[in-house]
Amino acid sequence: MSAKTMFQKIWDAHIVRQDAGQPAILYIDLHLVHEVTSAQAFDGLRLAGRKVRRPELTVATMDHNVPTTDRSLPILDQISKKQMDVLAANCAEFGIELYDLHSKRQGVVHIIGPELGLTQPGMTIVCGDSHTSTHGAFGALAFGIGTSEVEHVLATQCLQQTLPRTMEVRVDGALSPGVTAKDIILGIIGRLGTAGATGYVIEYTGEAIRAMSMEARMTVCNMSIEAGARAGMVAPDDTTFAYLDGKPHAPKGADLEAAMDYWRSLPTDAGAAFDELLTIDASTLAPFVSWGTNPGQVSPITAFVPDPDDEPTESDRASLVRALDYMGLKPGAPLNGLPIERVFIGSCTNGRLEDLRRAARIVDGQKVASTVKAMVVPGSWEVKRLAEQEGLDKTFLAAGFEWREAGCSMCLGMNPDILQPQERCASTSNRNFEGRQGKGGRTHLVSPEMAAAAAIAGHLVDVREWMAKS
Amino acid sequence: MTPFTSLTAPVAFLDRANVDTDQIIPKQFLKRVERTGFGEFLFFDWRFNADGTLNVDFELNTPDMAGAGILVAGKNFGSGSSREHAPWALMDYGFRVIIAPSFADIFYNNCFKNGLLPIVLDDPSIELLRSAASGERYVLTVDLQTQSITDGKGIEIAFLVDAFRRHCLLNGLDDIGLTLEHADDISAYESMRPSRMPSLAGQR
Ligand code: SF4
Repeated sequence: MSAKTMFQKIWDAHIVRQDAGQPAILYIDLHLVHEVTSAQAFDGLRLAGRKVRRPELTVATMDHNVPTTDRSLPILDQISKKQMDVLAANCAEFGIELYDLHSKRQGVVHIIGPELGLTQPGMTIVCGDSHTSTHGAFGALAFGIGTSEVEHVLATQCLQQTLPRTMEVRVDGALSPGVTAKDIILGIIGRLGTAGATGYVIEYTGEAIRAMSMEARMTVCNMSIEAGARAGMVAPDDTTFAYLDGKPHAPKGADLEAAMDYWRSLPTDAGAAFDELLTIDASTLAPFVSWGTNPGQVSPITAFVPDPDDEPTESDRASLVRALDYMGLKPGAPLNGLPIERVFIGSCTNGRLEDLRRAARIVDGQKVASTVKAMVVPGSWEVKRLAEQEGLDKTFLAAGFEWREAGCSMCLGMNPDILQPQERCASTSNRNFEGRQGKGGRTHLVSPEMAAAAAIAGHLVDVREWMAKS
Repeated sequence: MTPFTSLTAPVAFLDRANVDTDQIIPKQFLKRVERTGFGEFLFFDWRFNADGTLNVDFELNTPDMAGAGILVAGKNFGSGSSREHAPWALMDYGFRVIIAPSFADIFYNNCFKNGLLPIVLDDPSIELLRSAASGERYVLTVDLQTQSITDGKGIEIAFLVDAFRRHCLLNGLDDIGLTLEHADDISAYESMRPSRMPSLAGQR
């Protein structure tokens, strides 16, 4: 048998049918559903008189436009409320488990899947959301789909897929203090650009990835889509198995033994070939910050705003001018020291317990600058509960942060949490597109540590100096 | 799905790279639970000024781009969010063909599911179209049967499209119906799936 990549093994194990010249029909093990991209899919089913083929392999939650204020209050935004009500009605009609606003398991869809132990190695996982790549951290093949495909999976539990190419991104060396998984992935996207991995599934390998916790691996896989990749994956190992141990839906007893046999067979075979290879030395990385209007426009915090005149083509120059104009930045200005008015800590990229712990360590005993409004939005109800058990909420509140209920919140600002025009925000989320966090809002993507330090300082800082001081 | 065979329509040029789906249809308009009615919000933050008036500087707002059915865009069109509201908005606005040097993966896929034809052309071909239009109202015929783009004035460009996708689009085939023709294969696969795989059965 020839050597196979982990991706190829999972792909092959899920082929229901493959006809020459046609896409493969792949079986989907887990389908995650949320309120924004599902209503039209359920409608389609109803119109065609179709059922959900495997409701028990489908799970739904509300995250994108839920308010993050007191859950006992009525929802003021009637259109958001309608979208949530429609999801609840659809789940009831089609027999799908729903973690709604009042469930203790509610949260950002990519945070609750792993938390519940539903995300496991070797699975195929889809969701009508591009950051589904997060689940690849477990050695699953997980990717985002559109609403028509959501309908397709609901009706058939399968998807038609053409074989993507594979890319190995090897991260050697060890991270220096103050540099995180977020900085690695921002560094990778900076190298690849926002379309550099289009058509590829990435497998992240190397010493730095192996040394990471599951939560850190999720941060890396989460942003694979920002380089254009279909999916990102990390081979399962003892760190993965330890994380899964005891999770509600993780296998137990004899099932666990059988599962482990499969899981251990997944890592890429020695000698298996990838179509592309990118290597990065983690030890050379500094904390990264985005300065433009896409996640490929990033630099180390020690760098300066780039000059459009250095761009190779006129169209590159024009788009850089447009990005800097939108961001209100001058070429050559240092990134370190750039004043900010808002801080957002949360999202499916950096809204997990370890993220909050690391941010809390920075703000402990400090005060948020008087010019800054800062908020922490735990990624799920469970993250919030665990954080409160450790007293992290008190640390943030004492420093002057707001401590909110779980949801996507200001990652995309579909709920009331938005930036005002021209407000500048240090954000732990994943997209700095124009208007993403609110029309005219200016987003700088950073790690939780960097966001926390910026909140205290009132401007972007190099968290490494900050840590040396305190 | 609406079939696509050929289209003769005016062309709009949007000379910007990396146009993401957050720009195509900003998130404040994702709350509708229907597939229709998104066209008026297409490129909303670019088309309109903060006070709600029309932004006359925006490319698509020039008079000779009115009624355009073909959009010629920059590289990596449709990046970012998986929202299918993006192709819905483009179609609802009147576009049936998007031509660009490259597309983001999910967006590209979503187009085909809705009868919107995304065509990849190299930079020189796009430049050729741009200079032929020279800022005037410009009409093209896109024919999926013959896989050609013509302007009736001498320009003829061939394009490539996956044979299976072309077949589905020409005939307006329903993907779900196609997959369900293989229901026996799906059942056979399911009977072999290990029972230890995670399931929500018994939760309700
Ligand atoms: S947190 Fe942000 S990126 Fe993640 S699912 Fe929610 S909106 Fe999407």
